[in-house]
Amino acid sequence: MKRNFGLSLLLVLCLGLLGGLGMVHAGEGVKGSAKADKLDACVAPTAFMRRNHFELIKHQRHITVHEGIRKTDHSLAGCVDCHVRKDAQGSHVPVNTPGEFCAGCHQFTGTTLDCFTCHATKPTGN
Amino acid sequence: MSQPTDQPTNKHRREFLAGAAAVTATAIAPGVFLQSVADAAPRASAVTDDVRYGMLIDTTKCADGCNDCVSACDKENGIDLLSKPEGASEELWEMQRPRWIRTVKLKNNLTGRVTSLPMMCQHCEHPPCVDVCPTGASFRRADGIVMVDRHTCIGCRYCMMACPYNARSFIHENIQTTLTAVPRGKGCVESCTFCVQRRDNGGTTTACQDACTQGAIVFGDLKDPDSAVSQAMAKYPNVQIRADLKLNTGVRYTDV
Amino acid sequence: MKKIHYREWGIDSPRYWGLLAVLAAIVAVGGFAVLYMEHEGHWVTGMTNQVVWGMPHVFAIFLIVAASGALNVASIASVFGQTMYKPLARLSGLLAITLLVGGLLVLVLDLGQPSRLIVAMTTYNFKSIFAWNIYLYVGFLGIVVVYLFTMMERKANGFTKGAGVVAFVWRLALTTGTGSIFGFLVARQAYDAAIMAPMFIIMSFAYGLALYLLVLMFTFNTDDRPLGDVLLRRMKNLLGVFVAAVFYFTLVYHLTNLYGTENHEFELFMLRDGGIYTAIFWVGWVLLGMLVPMGILFHPALGMQRGAIILAALFVVLGGLSAIYVIVIGGQAFPLSMFPAHTIIESGNFDGVNGMVRSYSPSLPEFLLGLGGFALALLVTFIAVRMMQFLPYSLADEVTDPHHAK
Repeated sequence: MKRNFGLSLLLVLCLGLLGGLGMVHAGEGVKGSAKADKLDACVAPTAFMRRNHFELIKHQRHITVHEGIRKTDHSLAGCVDCHVRKDAQGSHVPVNTPGEFCAGCHQFTGTTLDCFTCHATKPTGN
Repeated sequence: MSQPTDQPTNKHRREFLAGAAAVTATAIAPGVFLQSVADAAPRASAVTDDVRYGMLIDTTKCADGCNDCVSACDKENGIDLLSKPEGASEELWEMQRPRWIRTVKLKNNLTGRVTSLPMMCQHCEHPPCVDVCPTGASFRRADGIVMVDRHTCIGCRYCMMACPYNARSFIHENIQTTLTAVPRGKGCVESCTFCVQRRDNGGTTTACQDACTQGAIVFGDLKDPDSAVSQAMAKYPNVQIRADLKLNTGVRYTDV
Repeated sequence: MKKIHYREWGIDSPRYWGLLAVLAAIVAVGGFAVLYMEHEGHWVTGMTNQVVWGMPHVFAIFLIVAASGALNVASIASVFGQTMYKPLARLSGLLAITLLVGGLLVLVLDLGQPSRLIVAMTTYNFKSIFAWNIYLYVGFLGIVVVYLFTMMERKANGFTKGAGVVAFVWRLALTTGTGSIFGFLVARQAYDAAIMAPMFIIMSFAYGLALYLLVLMFTFNTDDRPLGDVLLRRMKNLLGVFVAAVFYFTLVYHLTNLYGTENHEFELFMLRDGGIYTAIFWVGWVLLGMLVPMGILFHPALGMQRGAIILAALFVVLGGLSAIYVIVIGGQAFPLSMFPAHTIIESGNFDGVNGMVRSYSPSLPEFLLGLGGFALALLVTFIAVRMMQFLPYSLADEVTDPHHAK
């Protein structure tokens, strides 16, 4: 009993330390905190997504609005849910913030990201 | 060498395993539960016209001075997240903020009888707003819901000119916070969607219906003769507002 | 037929550049107003969810209607064979283009999502008259360019009549489309009338000719070019006739509404109880826009005084803006008639409580946008007549009048 308790305590302490190691400024996304960070590939191979994610989104938005289909891999809400990071306090960082996932490529390519003038930038709605 | 059978089982190991299982179950159970709710419901195939959504408003049950349906709609659809822009006049903001549903109180000119009722998009079968939209953003879905595809809306407000019920709202300011289920942005037009985010995720009611404690709002499938709304419509005489326009609205009113 | 000579506008340089500077400044201020409105959102305007179209639309619709009317002058020459109007045709085509561009610019820049113009030009719902109008407006620009080309390129002169007929028919369709924007709306008592389309056509005749006359007289005056009495008399009489026609259509519109009881409330609002709208209707649309100009233009003595003619034309323009204001904004201010036998005593959305009209006060950015469009149309016109040969060298009686004693 004592040994098990000791082991559990050690586990908790280690986890705490690991968490503490990811020290970032408040509000900034912790690298690795997004669901996507833990996965190998997105809903399609990464190379495909890089070139074609907008086609998928554009096609899906029409289907969702006009046909009501929500059960899909290609929903924008799904993208946000997976790619959003949490900051040190554990709250979501808007996914279109400079430095976060979307901006990573969009800033480099210089293409405007129009989705989030209307769509929520955090999973449960900010 | 096999374990001697007369040895007592390792109580510590059993307790640890039970404890670990309990903790794990508690940790993932909520996720599993939510997942099942989310997965079971989202629509996987296109809407069809087998269903036509409609609503019956029993104006005798609409309580004077009550705005529960309005508050519920505002909350469900993220309208309560909007605030007056810095520097705007209160008066003007009241005229510019979106309203998907509002209550109206009428007095009969001859008898003086007072009626209260909620007014929202009537989801017409022949919507004037759909006719006039230059890009086709304003459209009628197969299941009867009239809504705006805000990816295509250019914000010309012609549909707002055309609507006989003044049901549509234009977003006059930059939006800071939106719900995931109900996106909203500056420069587009929107109106009551019969809570389409619920329709497409397995829900059966609208927010206004749920909020009305008097039972004045009955929502459902007009094409299903057994639905509550069909039965109510068959039972209580009801009319369309502006029936002269022959729009065949999905929302009907009794005692008006 | 004597050969017509055209020459670039010869106004002296300082005045020309001064004029351009003033107009450019107005356009620039309009541009800033647009940026402000687009960045902040429409909350900075006076437009609301009840009165959704405001000052910009008044200016835009006026400019578009006047544009199609400005082409009339060329049509009178090419289509109806009045040779006396032939020298006037090039300026007429130019004005049609610049006024239309000015009006469209104002309309587009007021959109909630102006960056989606590409969407508007590629995705169409052809039941909407707006969608047809996009084709009609853009097509009109192309057709008038071709028309101008046939006039200005000597080898193409043979095609002028054909191009003129196409342009004439097209602009009738265009103005019908513009009037039908309102005529097709079943929801509002001010609209939903077949008369809206022909009324807009007749208004276009009047406003277009008035603006044309003003530009012609201004450019000729500043360049000391002669404008003979014979031609001027014909044009001012024509303007008087067009204004009289507008008067007739206005009368029919209101008399018909007054006949049917269902429209009585609306007519009382328009003619008596509408506050600012009633004032603008009687003083702007009727008095200054129609009665005074007709009085001046048909007056035996006043009618041939240049100053009086200019004043009459200015009043017609003012009357036009007033008319569009009353139609567009007055029509929205009057509450919707949703519950005929009832009075609304409370409403969560300004539905006309106790008959109260919806309020609208034009804001400065809206006004600047509309004015900017007007200024842009004039700016481009003045640059074009300065750089290319749009203006006839002389419109003196010896030149224009076929009956003039040699």
